[in-house]
Amino acid sequence: MSTSLINWFKFASPASFYPLAGRLIPWFAAATLLLAAAGLWVGLAVAPTDAQQGEGYRIIFVHVPASWMSMFIYCIMAFWSALGLSFNTRLSGMMTSALAPTGALFAFLSLWTGSLWGKPMWGAWWVWDARLTSQLILFFLYLGFIALQAAIDDPRRADKAGAILALVGVVNVPIIYFSVQWWNTLHQGASVSMTKAPSMAHTMLLGMLLMALAFWAYTITMALTRVRCIILERELTSEWVKKNAME
Amino acid sequence: MSGLLTPFRQAVRRDLLLAARHKTEVITALFFFVIVVNLLPLGIGPDADLLRKIAPGALWIGALLATLLGLQRLFAPDHQDGTLEQMALSPQSFTLLIAGKIMAHWLVSGLPVVLIAPLLGVQFDLPARSLGILTLSLLLGTPILSLIGAVGAALTLGVRGSGVLLSLLILPLYIPALIFGAGAVEADLAGLGFEGHLSLLGALLLACTVFAPWVSTVALRVALE
Repeated sequence: MSTSLINWFKFASPASFYPLAGRLIPWFAAATLLLAAAGLWVGLAVAPTDAQQGEGYRIIFVHVPASWMSMFIYCIMAFWSALGLSFNTRLSGMMTSALAPTGALFAFLSLWTGSLWGKPMWGAWWVWDARLTSQLILFFLYLGFIALQAAIDDPRRADKAGAILALVGVVNVPIIYFSVQWWNTLHQGASVSMTKAPSMAHTMLLGMLLMALAFWAYTITMALTRVRCIILERELTSEWVKKNAME
Repeated sequence: MSGLLTPFRQAVRRDLLLAARHKTEVITALFFFVIVVNLLPLGIGPDADLLRKIAPGALWIGALLATLLGLQRLFAPDHQDGTLEQMALSPQSFTLLIAGKIMAHWLVSGLPVVLIAPLLGVQFDLPARSLGILTLSLLLGTPILSLIGAVGAALTLGVRGSGVLLSLLILPLYIPALIFGAGAVEADLAGLGFEGHLSLLGALLLACTVFAPWVSTVALRVALE
């Protein structure tokens, strides 16, 4: 067995991951603040006013990164779930449940900002667009995951049941997306196309990328903080918690 | 071949026998479906054009809810009296036994819905051609509902407030079946042809038949640990 493999599994143990997470959190928290400040500055002050949409378009600096993150986080949860089910590692389940609330938050944020943007642009708070609908369903999937884990008392069973649900969900997300898209084109409801994005100014793209990175850093900060709480909760009776973490 | 499928057949026979001894449960679920579908015109109004338009969706949503009703009892009684544990321990394939239980669930809760759907469709003034397509789509679609539902039932087995939780988990996953099932009739009415929808529904059914019993088994083993 190579040394890298041993190192890889070293942090799979909650006891060694707990201090590592504690050391990482301040860095990611600082990165969140810096990147968000830079992203908001570029987005709100530097980026030019859009020729067609006026100032209202600036909501995309929150909306688009939030939508990206809500989808990424579900994939990451599925990744940890697969890892947890195949290797039976305790930390994977903890990571999955630590990520879920942040994912749900971003899904909600994306829906909320989307509807705020839709009112001035499309004249409606809600249209049955394929993206909106599948984002809403993704939000429901997050809620289902959180509710399932909250309903099961035994943490090991909650982890495994949640992992199965996350994997079932990740298989279904593309199916749901395409079925909703087809349903929408069949109905010919509001004919809104967001795929034909107008060519974006470089500063707009920069602002969006900075905000996306800020959301990444935020997600990591929150997930690590939450996973530390979960570790403490679950390992309360173990020796290392009494010795190291509770000083 | 027959030897391989014996556990499947046994599970189907056992659950059908149990259902035959508790006829009221089956009939209640069916009447729930009939009542839900009949409430819609009362809420919306008797405009025949509008009703014809919403009929496929109304019947499909009724079918979703009726399936959910029976799902809570798919594994719970067997879990309570220990039968499920014996099934998991038995040398027979647990997946085949579970597949048999799902099949029985469909025969008891899905098939009656399919059979009574044309009658309800007539109430909505659907033309004969649409009635046929609707029944066909339900015939292909209701097994999907039972199969996906089994995964949810297995995940929520013995969990606090499992009934509500089950609907929260399962209903979003039913969306593709709902879209293609109800969409088949609407596409036909719009002159677009319904074959594509039914083919996709069939593909969904095949995928669920392969994976859902297996995933349910994995989830049940987690629940039984």
